[in-house]
Parts: sequence; structure tokens; C-alpha cells
Amino acid sequence: MADILVYALHYEGAFNKNSLGAVSEAANLASQIGGEAHAVVVGDVSDDLAGQLGNYGVSKVFRAEAPEGLAQPVIDVMAKIMSDQGHQYALFGGGLLGFEIGAGLAARLGAGVTMEVTQVNVVDGRLAAERPILGDSSISTSTYKDKGIIIGRLNAFESKETGGSATVEDVQVELSPFSTKAKMIQRGEQRGADVDIEGADILVAGGRGLGKAEGFELAEELAKAFGGNTAVAATRAVVDAGWYPYAAQIGQTGKTVAPKLYLAAGISGAIQHKVGMQSSENIVAINKDANAPIFEFSDLGIVGDLNKILPKLTEAIKAKKGG
Amino acid sequence: MKICVLVKEVPDAAVDKRINPQTGRLDRSGERNLNPYDTHAIEAAMQIREGGTVEVEEIVAVTMGPDTAVRALHKAVSLGADRSVHLSDEALAGSDVAATGYALAKVLESESPDLVLLGQQSDDGECYTIGAVVADHLQMPSLTQVIKMDVSHGSLRCERQAEYGYDTVEVETPAVISVGDAINEPRYPSLKAIMGAKKKPLDAKTTGDVGIDASKVGGDGSAVSCGDFKAPPQKAGGTIIEDEDTNETVEKIVAWLDERKLI
Ligand SMILES: Cc1cc2nc3c(=O)[nH]c(=O)nc-3n(C[C@H](O)[C@H](O)[C@H](O)COP(=O)(O)OP(=O)(O)OC[C@H]3O[C@@H](n4cnc5c(N)ncnc54)[C@H](O)[C@@H]3O)c2cc1C
Ligand SMILES: Nc1ncnc2c1ncn2[C@@H]1O[C@H](COP(=O)(O)O)[C@@H](O)[C@H]1O
Repeated sequence: MADILVYALHYEGAFNKNSLGAVSEAANLASQIGGEAHAVVVGDVSDDLAGQLGNYGVSKVFRAEAPEGLAQPVIDVMAKIMSDQGHQYALFGGGLLGFEIGAGLAARLGAGVTMEVTQVNVVDGRLAAERPILGDSSISTSTYKDKGIIIGRLNAFESKETGGSATVEDVQVELSPFSTKAKMIQRGEQRGADVDIEGADILVAGGRGLGKAEGFELAEELAKAFGGNTAVAATRAVVDAGWYPYAAQIGQTGKTVAPKLYLAAGISGAIQHKVGMQSSENIVAINKDANAPIFEFSDLGIVGDLNKILPKLTEAIKAKKGG
Repeated sequence: MKICVLVKEVPDAAVDKRINPQTGRLDRSGERNLNPYDTHAIEAAMQIREGGTVEVEEIVAVTMGPDTAVRALHKAVSLGADRSVHLSDEALAGSDVAATGYALAKVLESESPDLVLLGQQSDDGECYTIGAVVADHLQMPSLTQVIKMDVSHGSLRCERQAEYGYDTVEVETPAVISVGDAINEPRYPSLKAIMGAKKKPLDAKTTGDVGIDASKVGGDGSAVSCGDFKAPPQKAGGTIIEDEDTNETVEKIVAWLDERKLI
């Protein structure tokens, strides 16, 4: 018997989409290895909300009183549950907290841990996790000597509603002294304007290659030329730098998009960005570095200076539309 | 305040990263350099020192790696660290993330820092998580991906982007903080600093020196085994245009978009 414990992240009364994916994946894997899948939630979660996880395939939800939004209290909670109840595996959907909790939990339990997992297979009744490495040029498979902790890549696991239900069990966990030494002062601050990139058919995405905040004007002009349902999106690098609003960010800690056309200007194509846009129908990239990773997954790649290309492209599209 | 900065030697970005099929480990031949993400951690330490809010007695660069990793330490020192510590031992070869974090925690324990800084990711390992492992062993609070850090006596006010936007977190020291690459713009080392780096103290340590339980590190001591390397499904290669004549380039882009009814 090998049970799987899944961390379900929630915020403002709703579960994280990636956590729900992990819950479904855990239920599916548990049935293949003859175990059960359970979920764990911390903080302010109503019976009703916790119970909803049953609909994604877990039979039991453990609920603990602990601060939300920080990793270390959750490590305390999960370590206790896994030790007391004998779970063999822990599973996390893609996201920042999952990385921190999963790694800390591995340290605490002496477990093996794999991050950025894109697929989990069952081999001889045990879990084996596939992880792309070295800029996605190769895939390695991890197996675990004893307990295993698997942290999914963003959007790797799909959620499925099963119509099942779960019992909710409250657990008391004493937090480690160091786990309470980090305190959330403000959570989920939205920086910059509230823009909608998820509904757009065409996205002109800008990165550090735009050079400065004003560089985004080039992207906005191009978006305007396309007209219709077109929006401007951004990488985390430029959002962190304050050049563009957080709401426009694509990637691991931003939005997941799949427009008809995604046109990247001055974006390197880091994995954490790629995971948020790789399902786009047509990917066009302009980058001056011929070795930029983004060219490995674009349909049309232009090696050149965006400062030269974007203004002319904007004019040409305007002319085409006008004519 | 004493700050330890974790740094790592990685293959130069310009060099192909490869797996050696015989050993299943990263091919370590070819050019190597200080992990670029770690220069942000050193710079963050320098800015705390120069900021003057707290007095920084010492900045110590710490690495675990083969003999060649000394070069990464020299680079770290040229960027501002006062001295460095090199943990190197055959027994460590093949350590996974958890074992590496455990070994680094043991070295750090022997240094008793008030603050441990590290980079957001290593260019070759890409695990983003050594900090969380180290923190659990050291029993210190920890945060990753920090892009703003205000230091005062006994605590740090940190900002970082998480799943739902920007979080502000107050962290008591001693603490382990991994910094995002947007936290600062690392300085270039002066020629004098580069020349002087080799003269700064460098302690070489083995597992025994810092009380590392050898059964918990190396390939055998790791709780996860990696193998079975395979190539990912290949997406058909896209069309590439080298921009020589921009008017022509733009014409080609427009034709490409038009063909797909995207204009
Ligand atoms: C846990 C974690 C979560 C993350 N989450 C996200 C996320 O949600 N979203 C995200 O985007 N990133 C995320 N990142 C960051 C990610 O790893 C990259 O750092 C980021 O995507 C890089 O942004 P960029 O492409 O704008 O910048 P860079 O990587 O610096 O690339 C800039 C590119 O512009 C090109 N360029 C420069 N000048 C020109 C010019 N004149 N003309 C043409 N090209 C030019 C350069 O060749 C370069 O390729 C995350 C990282 C971590 C560790
Ligand atoms: N062998 C090592 N020695 C020292 N520091 C390391 C080592 N491996 C990783 N680190 C630190 O941990 C950070 C994150 O690395 P990773 O978890 O491998 O992505 C790096 O930026 C370094 O600061």
C-alpha cells in the first residue's frame, strides 16, 4: 500500500488550478499503485471548500491551522501527516510554494525530490517522475529509494472532476520555532494596471530586450496595428523591473495563455516563461541572439534587432490592413 | 552581521550542456564560470554592507564542487567577498539536491552566519530549491525569489512575486534568502580586485572537517536516482530569418502571418 499526499493551495476561497491538477493526478496514480490519494490544506478553509477536493479524486482532506502563503508552516504540517499516516509520496502542482515546500519536506524526511516534473509513470508499482533538464534538451527519470516528493511543472497535470466526495479531518500540528519567524505582511499585491491577456487572440509579448519601460511603446504600437482582440504581455523580468503591469505577465507565477498568435520581442524563452505560452497556435520570436532558447520552440524566428524591426513591422501591418 | 553567499561553478552558457551517458551526470568538461544568478546574491551582500543600516563584518563565499570550483570562488571574491570556503570531497560526487543542501548546511553551520544568500537558480541544475533544503537543516526561516530586501537589526523586509501577486514578508534573522535576478544589477569587478582575489583566504574543507555524515551524500547517499535519459519529443523546427535587409525581413514576416490569416 502506498498513499500519496497532495498539497492544495488556495487563495480567496478557491483552489489553485495547478493544485487541482495535482489532486487529479495523485488520485489516478494512487489507483495504479493500490493506495489512496489524500489532500492537505492549511489555514482558513471551510468544510465545503475542503470537501470540493473529493470531486477531483481524493478520499480524505487533512486540514491544519497554520499561516497561509509561506512554505515552512506547510512543511511542518505535511511532515507530521506523512510520518503519522505513512504516506509514501507527496505531490505538488507547478508553482512557487510547491518548490519551497517540496524541497524543505525532502530535507525534513530524508526523501528524494524531483522538480519541474512533466509526467509521472508507474513502474513496478512505484512512481517514476520524468523531468526535462538542461534547457529541455533531455528528459531524465527519477526513482526513489524510499519516500518520493514530486513537484510538477506548471500545467503538467490536468484536473478531472470525478463526482466523488471526501471526508475532512482536522489535524493539530505544532509548528517548528523557525517556521513562525517569517510573517506575511501583505499578500497578492497587484502591481500596475489590471489588463486582460487571457482573452486575447493575438499577444505581442515584450521582454528585457525592449531595453527600458518606454520600449514597451514599440510593442503597444504593434498591438494597435494588429487591432481587434490584441493585447500586450510581458516576462517576469520586466514586470519585476516595474516596466509593465503584473497582470500582463506570462509564465510560472503569471498567466497561462494560448492565443492564435504569440509574438515575442526581446524575450529569451526561459522555461518559466515557456510553460505559460507553449500552447499558443503560432509562435513568432524576434531576438538578436541566434542562440536564444525561444528559437527552439518558435514557428517563425527572426534573428535581428527589435528596434529596427518592430517599427517597420508596425507600418507594414498598418499598410496591409489599410489596403 | 556575517553573511555567507552560496556560489556555484556552472558550464559557461555558451557551451552546450550535456549528460554523460556513461555516468548519467553532467558532462563537466569545457569552459566553466561562476553561476550568473549568484552574482546577484554577492551584489545583494555588498549593498547591505554599503547601505550602512547594519554593520557587515564579513562576507564569505561558500561552494561545494570539484577542484575547478576554486575559480568560481575567486570570481566571487573579486566581486566583493572577503574570503571563501571550498567544500570538496570525492564522497560528494553525484549528490542530489537534498544531499547537496545537507552538505552545504553543514559547512554553513561551521560558519554561523546571520544571513545566508544564494542565487535563484543554478544555470545547470535549475532546481530553485537548495535554499529551502539548507534552511530546513539550519532551522532558519527562508524565502526564495526575493527581489527587494530591506535590512534592519534582527530582521529583513522582503518582497517577492508568488502565485497571486507580490508578497511582502518580514523575516527574522538568521535566515536563508535566495534572491531573484531582478534584485540588483551586479557590478563588474575592478582589475585590482581580480588580481587580488587569489590572495584572499580560501579554506578547503572535506566532509570530515564539517561533520558531514558520508552515508547521506554522494550518489549512494542520495534518496533519488536519475537515469534513463531520453530526448524530448521534437517539435518540427521553425523557419528562421536572419535580418539583413529589414524591409525584406518585414515583408517575409507579413507574408508568413498573412498565409496563416493572422492579419
Ligand atoms: C521560480 C521562478 C519563477 C519564474 N516565473 C516566471 C514567470 O512567471 N514568467 C516569466 O516570464 N519568467 C519567470 N521567471 C524568470 C525566467 O527564468 C526568466 O528570467 C525571464 O523569463 C527572462 O525574461 P526576459 O526574456 O525578458 O529576459 P532575458 O532572459 O534577459 O532575455 C532578454 C532577451 O532579449 C534579447 N535582446 C536584447 N536586446 C535585443 C534587441 N535590441 N533586439 C532583439 N532582441 C534583443 C536578448 O538576446 C535576450 O535573449 C521565473 C523564474 C523562476 C526561477
Ligand atoms: N554546489 C553548490 N555549491 C554552492 N552553492 C550552490 C550549489 N548548488 C547550488 N547552489 C546555490 O543554490 C542556488 C540555487 O541552485 P539550484 O537549486 O541548483 O537551482 C544557486 O544559485 C547557488 O547559489
